[in-house]
Amino acid sequence: MNAVRRLAGSVLLRVFLVLAALFWLVPTLGLLVSSFLSPGDLNRGGWWQALTAPSRLTASNYAHLLANDTITGSLVSTVAIAVPATVLVLTLGALAGYAFAWLEFPGRDWLFLVVVGLLVVPVQVALIPVSELFGAIGLFETTAGVVLFHTAFGLPFAVFLLRNFFAEIPRELLEAARLDGAGELRLFSRVVLPLGGPAIASLGIFQFLWVWNDMLVALVFADSAHPPVTVALQQQVRQFGNNIDVLAPGAFLSMVVPLVVFFAFQRQFVTGVMAGAVK
Amino acid sequence: MGSSTRAVRDTPGRRAAARRRLVAAAFLLPALVLLGALVVQPIGFSLYRSLFDRSGDTFVGAANYTAVVRDPAIRTALRNTAVWVVVAPAVATGLGLVFAVLTERVRWGTAFKLLVFMPMAISMLAAGIIFRLVYDHDPHRGVANAVVVGVHDTFAPASAFPKARPGRDSPLEPAGDGAFVTREPVRAGVPALLPLVGVAPEALPKGARTAAGARPVPGEVTGTVWQDFTRGGGGAVNAVDPTETGLAGMRIEAVKDGRTVATATARADGTFTLPAAADGARLRLPASNFREAFAGVEWLGPVLVTPAVIGAYVWMWAGFAMVLIGAGLAAVPRELLEAARVDGAGEWQVFRRITVPLLAPVLVVVLVTLVINVMKIFDLVFVIAPGAVQDDANVLALQLYRTAFGTDADQGLGSAIAVLLLVLVVPVMLVNIRRIRRGASR
Repeated sequence: MNAVRRLAGSVLLRVFLVLAALFWLVPTLGLLVSSFLSPGDLNRGGWWQALTAPSRLTASNYAHLLANDTITGSLVSTVAIAVPATVLVLTLGALAGYAFAWLEFPGRDWLFLVVVGLLVVPVQVALIPVSELFGAIGLFETTAGVVLFHTAFGLPFAVFLLRNFFAEIPRELLEAARLDGAGELRLFSRVVLPLGGPAIASLGIFQFLWVWNDMLVALVFADSAHPPVTVALQQQVRQFGNNIDVLAPGAFLSMVVPLVVFFAFQRQFVTGVMAGAVK
Repeated sequence: MGSSTRAVRDTPGRRAAARRRLVAAAFLLPALVLLGALVVQPIGFSLYRSLFDRSGDTFVGAANYTAVVRDPAIRTALRNTAVWVVVAPAVATGLGLVFAVLTERVRWGTAFKLLVFMPMAISMLAAGIIFRLVYDHDPHRGVANAVVVGVHDTFAPASAFPKARPGRDSPLEPAGDGAFVTREPVRAGVPALLPLVGVAPEALPKGARTAAGARPVPGEVTGTVWQDFTRGGGGAVNAVDPTETGLAGMRIEAVKDGRTVATATARADGTFTLPAAADGARLRLPASNFREAFAGVEWLGPVLVTPAVIGAYVWMWAGFAMVLIGAGLAAVPRELLEAARVDGAGEWQVFRRITVPLLAPVLVVVLVTLVINVMKIFDLVFVIAPGAVQDDANVLALQLYRTAFGTDADQGLGSAIAVLLLVLVVPVMLVNIRRIRRGASR
């Protein structure tokens, strides 16, 4: 009797999990398969037709898309925004994190609390004021403007995470280096940065994906002649229904980099997400 | 004397302190300048700007804030944001908890976790496009409606003649519930005529042939059900003309005193045969012949759009909850669970009485994170909700964008919405600060 119940429970559990797995798999699969169907086949019926007729799959949508300057250009723009915004956040965040962890100056503790407070400030609050500011200093609709904005909003988390990580470094290590006559900059680059590697990697992956995937900030601040891929695709969504042959492969091209990063650096990504649970 | 010695002794110390401060400033300044200019200054500016009108020249006091409460569009946004905050984090956390607990019991749990966590890596835009396709109203494109229509049609098959109806002077009359019935009883040996009109030529059933007049058969009720219409003119009303088509597959019931005594299905040429029992009955064409094809659910219509977008959000964020809760679960002492099981507690009791209470701190962190996240939700709604229903799907962050950067931009009102968003996250800000302070003083 008990064995029967246990068996029924285990079967139910598996059925539930398989159904859930389908719920998570099918939406993405649908877009992936659609991206390999010709416009004619897309109009003729659902993407699932290709499951029984795999010969219909074609890479022609991707060929068209890669020949389309707007989309390829937008991918370049995305890289041009995401890479500097990540490097800047890592650099400035590590410098400030080190100062908060190991340098002594008046007001250190309350300044750090202010930074912690800024963790949850919504990006939306800054859209209007910063567009005024950027307008006044000529950064509106420039890549530099978008990079600076992303850097500023990435900094509270970067400083918070790195300060906490750097603070765990044993004091004796730093004292020993100081006694050897190392200056702060040398200490920072030779002792703190190497030891902070894991935290910096997590933060870098987190920030890179954050900026790569952003649409709102780019929508407001990016150069409308060279929009990043999210904005370029968003402009296509208005026509949804008769341009799936553009949207589906476009969305997949925009997902390739985040997915590669995700699968390659799963552990760091998870660490970053867990540390970012306060954001 | 004394003061001068101290001065002499202190100079190097003071110089060192000044140097230390300078070094600290050099390390801090780049970050602080950016934070000050692009995060702190905007908070002040938003507060200030929200007190001025559209042009920014006229002080209007709290008028923008009263407009936030009065404006119907913003009220919809507020209401939807409230729905989001109540529903989305709870559902995502609940699913995350269930997944985290259950995946521990199957061998492919890791693969499952990876699958559910993956959407965290992609952009809300990509997720939006994915779900725009899932929710497409056309069941030949959107998988959600394909499933709904498939299940529906299994239990209530679509009919072949949704638009068919009796023509002028027809021997058929409506029976009230979508069915049609003959005005007069039929007789065995006298072919019955059941003419209908209104079926589009391309909607005629496959295999339907030219209609034929039924042959009289003694002792049986025969007849023809056909499309009584000759394309291009000609053809008599209520007569089977040479080019008219039989309505193959039509269900016919013989009804006597409200009871169905016999049934038949029309052949390819529209003819049918009923047994002698049908003699004296009235012939009825039941409503199932005429039911409109089921078109599925309008996921992205005004009523369901918010739940639909929340569904997409849960798809993206349940993995986040699952991973955090999974990490918390790994820290739960196994002996505790085993002890409870040995004491005879069922799995459900172990889950409810031990696992969930032990996980409470993690659950709170996950919920709070998701609540903050949901308050700022923008991309998913912007991408999934079609233009026509964006007013119905509106949320605060979307309304802010539309107010401040739309065609009829009003940055005063936009700033008021921004301040409202900020006020909503202030409690979390204070909790964060308190947590850090407690940690620092320890």
